[in-house]
Amino acid sequence: MEVKNTVTAEHVHHVDHHDDEHHHESFWTKYIFSQDHKMIAKQYLTLAIVMAFIGMFMSIIFRLQLGFPDTKFGFLESVLGKWGKGGKLDPGFYLALVTIHGTIMVFFVLTAGLSGTFSNLLIPFQVGARDMASGFLNMLSFWFFFLSSVVMLWSVFIETGPAAGGWTVYPPLSALPQAMPGSGFGMTLWLLSMAFFIVQSLMGGINYIVTVLNLRTKGMAMSRLPLTIWAFLITAILGLLTFPVLLAAVLLLVFDRSFGTSFYLSDIFIGGVPLPQTGGSPILYEHLFWFLGHPEVYIVLLPALGLTSEIISTMSRKPIFGYKAMVGSLCAIAFLSCIVWGHHMFVTGMNPFLGTVFTITTLMVAIPSAVKVFNYLATLWRANIQFSPAMCFAIGLVSLFISGGLTGIILGDSALDINVHDTYFVVAHFHVVMGAVATFGMLAGVYHWFPRMFGRMMNKTLGYVHFWFTIISVYGVFFPMHFVGLAGVPRRYYANSAYEGFDYFLSVNQLITVFAIIGGIAQFIFLFNFIYSAFKGKKATQNPWNSTTIEWTSPVGPGIHGNWAGPTPTVYRWPYDYSKPGAEKDFIPQTVPFSETKSSNLPGEE
Amino acid sequence: MSTTTEVKPKSMWSGGFSPFNISWGKMFMWFFLVSDAFTFSSLLVAYGTMRHRFTDIWPAPGDVFTHFPFIHGHVPLAYVGLMTFILIMSSVTMVLAVDAGHQRNNKSVAMWLGLTIIGGFIFLGSQAWEWYHFIKGSKEGTYVLADGRFARTDDYEPGKLFLWHNHQKTVIEGAEAEKLKASAVKNIKGANLIENEYGNTPLFANFFFFITGFHGFHVFSGVVINIIIFFNVLGGVYQRRGHYEQVEKVGLYWHFVDLVWVFVFTFFYLV
Repeated sequence: MEVKNTVTAEHVHHVDHHDDEHHHESFWTKYIFSQDHKMIAKQYLTLAIVMAFIGMFMSIIFRLQLGFPDTKFGFLESVLGKWGKGGKLDPGFYLALVTIHGTIMVFFVLTAGLSGTFSNLLIPFQVGARDMASGFLNMLSFWFFFLSSVVMLWSVFIETGPAAGGWTVYPPLSALPQAMPGSGFGMTLWLLSMAFFIVQSLMGGINYIVTVLNLRTKGMAMSRLPLTIWAFLITAILGLLTFPVLLAAVLLLVFDRSFGTSFYLSDIFIGGVPLPQTGGSPILYEHLFWFLGHPEVYIVLLPALGLTSEIISTMSRKPIFGYKAMVGSLCAIAFLSCIVWGHHMFVTGMNPFLGTVFTITTLMVAIPSAVKVFNYLATLWRANIQFSPAMCFAIGLVSLFISGGLTGIILGDSALDINVHDTYFVVAHFHVVMGAVATFGMLAGVYHWFPRMFGRMMNKTLGYVHFWFTIISVYGVFFPMHFVGLAGVPRRYYANSAYEGFDYFLSVNQLITVFAIIGGIAQFIFLFNFIYSAFKGKKATQNPWNSTTIEWTSPVGPGIHGNWAGPTPTVYRWPYDYSKPGAEKDFIPQTVPFSETKSSNLPGEE
Repeated sequence: MSTTTEVKPKSMWSGGFSPFNISWGKMFMWFFLVSDAFTFSSLLVAYGTMRHRFTDIWPAPGDVFTHFPFIHGHVPLAYVGLMTFILIMSSVTMVLAVDAGHQRNNKSVAMWLGLTIIGGFIFLGSQAWEWYHFIKGSKEGTYVLADGRFARTDDYEPGKLFLWHNHQKTVIEGAEAEKLKASAVKNIKGANLIENEYGNTPLFANFFFFITGFHGFHVFSGVVINIIIFFNVLGGVYQRRGHYEQVEKVGLYWHFVDLVWVFVFTFFYLV
C-alpha cells in the first residue's frame, strides 16, 4: 500500500503539473513547437494532407501515361521540366513517380498521417489523460516526421531525380549508385528520409503505448477502453517490433551503397566490369524488408479499423457486436502479420515447402479479418443507422475490406500467386485492401472527430458528395484493374504498347485513368470543406454525435491544455452503452455511474 | 494531492494507476530496449544466415583473434574474454550505483557510476585495440591461390602456409609453400570492408565491423549518457530531487548493452 501510494502521488503530481502551466504561450510554442497532443495531432494531419495531395498528383501523372501513352500533354513540360519534355513523361521519371507515390502514401500518409493524427488526438482524450506521457518526445516525433518529409520531397527536385527502384528499394538495383540515375543521390536521400521516419515512428509509438498503459484515468480498465485505443495500442506495439528490423535492413543497405560491403551483393558486372562484392544475397534484404513490410500493412490498417469500430457503433446507436472478439481479432491479426512475410517472396526461389507454410499462415489471417467484418455487419444489422459522412466512409471501408480481402485469399496462396505475381492484380489488391481501406478510415475519422479538433462541424452535404465521388472512383479505378492484372499485364512498366497482346487493355486503362482523375478532383471538395469548416464551419455542440466516450466531456473548441479544467473524469462503464434497454436516453456516457442508471442496469452491474 | 490515495484499486489495471507500478519514464526505456533488441536480433539473424551459407570457408574465430597485449605468441580469444569480463563487471558496478541511489547515498552513487564509466572506457579502448589488430592483420598476409583458396601465414611460424577448409587446416611447408606463394594471384593483408585475409568471404569482416561497430556505438552512447548523469550526481541534482530514477534508467540501458554483447561475443567468438 505504501509503495502504491507514492506512485499515485507522483502520478498526480505529474498530472497537476500541467495545471500550473498557464503561462503565456507565444505563437511558436502554441502552433509550431507545441507539446500539446491536440496541436501535434493537427500538425500531423495537415502535413499528411499535404503529402497525400502530392502523392495523388503523382499518381494522376503516371495514370495519364498509362491511359494515354501516345498523347502529349503540354502541361507536363511546364510542371516537370526536363522529365516531361515535349509533353511526354520521361520513362525513368515514370519509375521515380511510382516509387515516391508508393513511399509517400504508405509511410507518410497512411502510417504517420493516420497513427500520428488519431493516436495523438484520441489516446489522451479517450483514456482520460492530460496529455501524452512525454509531450517533448511527442513534439520531437512530429519534427522528425517533418524532417523526413522534407528530405523525401527534396529528393524529387535534385538533378538525377528521386529514388526509382520501387517503394521496396530492392538491392542490387538500389545498392549500386551507378546502376541507374534513380539509384544515385535520390536513393541516398530516400534512405536518409526513411531513417528519420523510423526515429519518429519509434518515439511516437513508445509514447502511445506508455500513455495507454500508464495514464488511464480512474476506472478506465483495459476492458473499458474504446476499440480505437485498443487498435492504436496494438498498432504501436507492432510498429515497435518491426520498424527496428527495417532500420537494420536500411543500415546494411547504406553500407553496401557507400562503403563497399557485400551484405546484399554478389557476382555483379556493370559495363562488363565485375564488382568486388561477393557472397551477399539480395534475398536477405527481402526477408528483412518484408518482416517490416507485411506488418506495415496492418500498421496502416488497424487504426482505420479501430476508428471504424467506434464510428459504426456510435452511428448505429448500438453496442459494438463482440467487443472481446474485436480486441482478440486485433491481437490475432497483429500476431499473424509477423509470420506471413514470405508470401511477398514466393517467386524468389523459396523452398516450396516453406511457401506452403507461409500460405497457411497467410490464409489464417482471413479468420480474424472475417470476425471483424462479421461484427461490423452484426452491429449494423437492424440498427437505427445515422448516415453522417463519417458513417458513410465507415461503411465504405467495410465494403472495401471485403472486396480487397477476397483477392487476398488468391494472392496468399502460393500456387495461385505465382501466376499473377507482379501484375496489376497485385496492385489492385493492395490498393483496395490497404490503400483505400486505410484512407476511408482516415477520412471517416476526420469527419467524425473534426468537431473535437476544431470545435466546428464539417459541411454535411459536401461530405456526402465527397463520399459518393470517392467510393465510385475507387471501385472504378481498382475493379477493372484486377482484370488487367489477371490477363498478365505487368506492373511498373512505362508503356504496355510494345506488346501487341496488351493493346486490348488500353481502353480499360483509359477508363481507369478517367476514374482516377474524377477521384482526384473529388478530394478537392474535401480539402475545401476541411479548410472552410475549420474557420467558418457551424459551431459544434458539446457532444455532436451523442457519443459515450469521454473525449466529448472536455470543453468544446480547440480545447484547453490539460484537456479537463477540473480533475480528469472517472469512468464507470464500458464505452458502448448505446440504446440500452430501460435507459432514459439512447446512450449512457462512460462517466455515468451505475447508481444513477438503476432502470437499465443488467444483473451484476451494481 | 492526497485525494487519490483513499481507495485501494481492485486491480493495478483498473485505471488511475501505473499497472506495473513504475513511472512512464522507466517504461519508455523498457520499450525502447525491446525495440533495440529487435534491431540487434535481426542483425544477428542475418549474420547467422550468411555464416551458415559459407560454413566451409568461414574462418574459425580462435584462429583470427589471437592477440594479447605484451604477450608474444598466440592467445586465442583471451583478450576478448577479458573485455567481456570488464564489461560485465561494469554492469555490477552499475547495479551498485543503482542500489546506492535507493539508499540516497550520493557519494556512493558517484563512485560506482564513475567506476562504470571507467569500465566502459576500458571496453571501448579494448575494442579499438582489437579492431586495430584485425585491420592490420599478419605481417605476410594471405596468398590467394589461382583456384580461389586462401593460403594463410602465421607471424610466429614463418615459411609455413595454412589452407583452411571446414575449420580443418592443412599445413604446407618448405619448397612447396614457396611454389604456392609464387603462383598466388594476390596477397591480402589485414581486413577492410571489401576483402580480408582471414576467410575467403568479405562477409566475415563485413559483419564483424558492422555488428561490433553498432554495438560499440551503443556502448559509446551509454558512456556519454553515464557521464552526463555522473555530473548531475556530483552537482546534487538527484539528491535535491529526492530520487535517483535517472540512474536506474541509464542502468537499464547499460545492462541491455552488456547483455547484447554477451550475444555478440557468443555468436562471433565462441561458436
